[in-house]
Amino acid sequence: MIQLTDIEKAFGANRVLRGVNLTVPSGESMVIIGGSGTGKSVLLKCILGLVKPDSGKITVNGEVADTSARDAFLARFGMLFQGGALFDSLPVWQNVAFRLLRGSLKRPRAEARDIAIEKLRRVGLRPETADLFPAELSGGMQKRVGLARAIAAEPEIIFFDEPTTGLDPIMAGVINELIREIVTEMGATAMTITHDMTSVRAIADRVAMLHDGAIKWTGRIAEMEETSDPYVQQFIHGRAEGPIMAIR
Amino acid sequence: MTALAPFSILGRPVLGGLALLGRIAIFAAETISHLARPPFYPKEFLAALMQIGWFSLPVVALTSLFTGGALALQIYAGGARFSAEAVVPSIVAIGMVRELGPVLGGLMVAARVASSIAAEIGTMKVTEQIDALVTLSTNPMKYLTVPRVLAATIAVPALVAVGDSIGIFGGYLVGVNRLGFNPATYLKNTRDFLEVWDIASGLWKGAAFGFIVALMGCYYGMNSGRGAQGVGRATKAAVVAASVLILATNYILTEVFFSA
Ligand SMILES: Nc1ncnc2c1ncn2[C@@H]1O[C@H](COP(=O)(O)OP(=O)(O)O)[C@@H](O)[C@H]1O
Ligand SMILES: [Mg+2]
Repeated sequence: MIQLTDIEKAFGANRVLRGVNLTVPSGESMVIIGGSGTGKSVLLKCILGLVKPDSGKITVNGEVADTSARDAFLARFGMLFQGGALFDSLPVWQNVAFRLLRGSLKRPRAEARDIAIEKLRRVGLRPETADLFPAELSGGMQKRVGLARAIAAEPEIIFFDEPTTGLDPIMAGVINELIREIVTEMGATAMTITHDMTSVRAIADRVAMLHDGAIKWTGRIAEMEETSDPYVQQFIHGRAEGPIMAIR
Repeated sequence: MTALAPFSILGRPVLGGLALLGRIAIFAAETISHLARPPFYPKEFLAALMQIGWFSLPVVALTSLFTGGALALQIYAGGARFSAEAVVPSIVAIGMVRELGPVLGGLMVAARVASSIAAEIGTMKVTEQIDALVTLSTNPMKYLTVPRVLAATIAVPALVAVGDSIGIFGGYLVGVNRLGFNPATYLKNTRDFLEVWDIASGLWKGAAFGFIVALMGCYYGMNSGRGAQGVGRATKAAVVAASVLILATNYILTEVFFSA
């Protein structure tokens, strides 16, 4: 279980997170929705320690996420970054198998490569892609390689930052299904950021809406359609009118 | 207020400079503390050794050749004023191995390597590759900084040794072909007046300069600002800082080595 209490983070005068409270139960798929620039990526990075919150508490399974607890947490963790964040000095398969080629999960090269190719297949990429370099791929392909890398070592906790942005509708469907599978089959805890309502409905157990630096609404996916919360209503129906301003 | 203005104009950059030096010192200490602790990344180390050592050879060789030649001409012209033309071989050799070999080698490597390390790591930073390393349980200091700093610290003395030899050879070419020295006498003079410490001190300098170059590349890359502009600034700052630190360190080491 991941628990955030009163997380605040500002970049200079830009107060991005202003007291975020959120609980992500183990084995569930939590989806965070919210306009672009509201601090969703920053929130994930706070949990990972990549961004240091100004105040607030983060616990993972009841333990405060300090340096050593975080190392243990990261050991069984995978993340898909919004921009892919592939290592451009390494070919695709070595990106996917990064964890399997070094450190405690190290295994023979041939085996690591086989696993990488299998993971690439699961995200809809051909084995030939394995020997290309990230710069030779389209944005959507890079995203899927990033996804393959995130799941390569079968993590227990996975973060996906906009997994379907930049993909065609069919590929987006494939990825949604894959994320659902990972959560149900592997029993992983997932946190996904997305703007894509099809994606939300396909992968969420729970939804949280981030706006103005705080969680405005959170509940089960079935409750999302019914809620009268004006923020959620405006967001899921994509209306220009409502409490969320179009300029930010 | 106005009476204190000159002090604040002077004080602010001084304080800023000291703070920067402090941050660099902490970064250096952190790098050194990671040197001895596993995990190690031998593949990254070897790749950095190739990049920094092997691929810098042509640049260092060319600069040394021309510098050795020019040095011979200058010392001949200068020496002629008090009929001491015969000192050319020994002064070329001593000047090259003590001073010009390490300093020019260090500066050329700063231009070539500090910039490329800063640009590479800076780009990794702005495209979140450094963050990705952390999520893959890989410490960026161990994976990126340590191999490069170690490789440069080892490679630059080797480059300096090659540069020294080529510089002396450049002096020899000019001495024999333009200044009419006897080849055998030239070589004998070079050998007779050169001491082991002349050479060794230059190699120690090279190690220090290599450390500085890679450290500056990594420091400015890791602290790069956002976007292409951020990487551009980081690259420029790395080269400037490496060059200034090399020249300052060179003076300090020369004091330490030779002023006793
Ligand atoms: N490293 C940073 N330095 C300064 N500002 C940042 C940084 N990272 C994010 N921000 C700012 O925080 C806000 C939220 O960014 P982000 O979390 O990426 O939004 P999104 O919800 O679209 O993922 C933006 O205004 C962005 O400019
Ligand atoms: Mg984002």
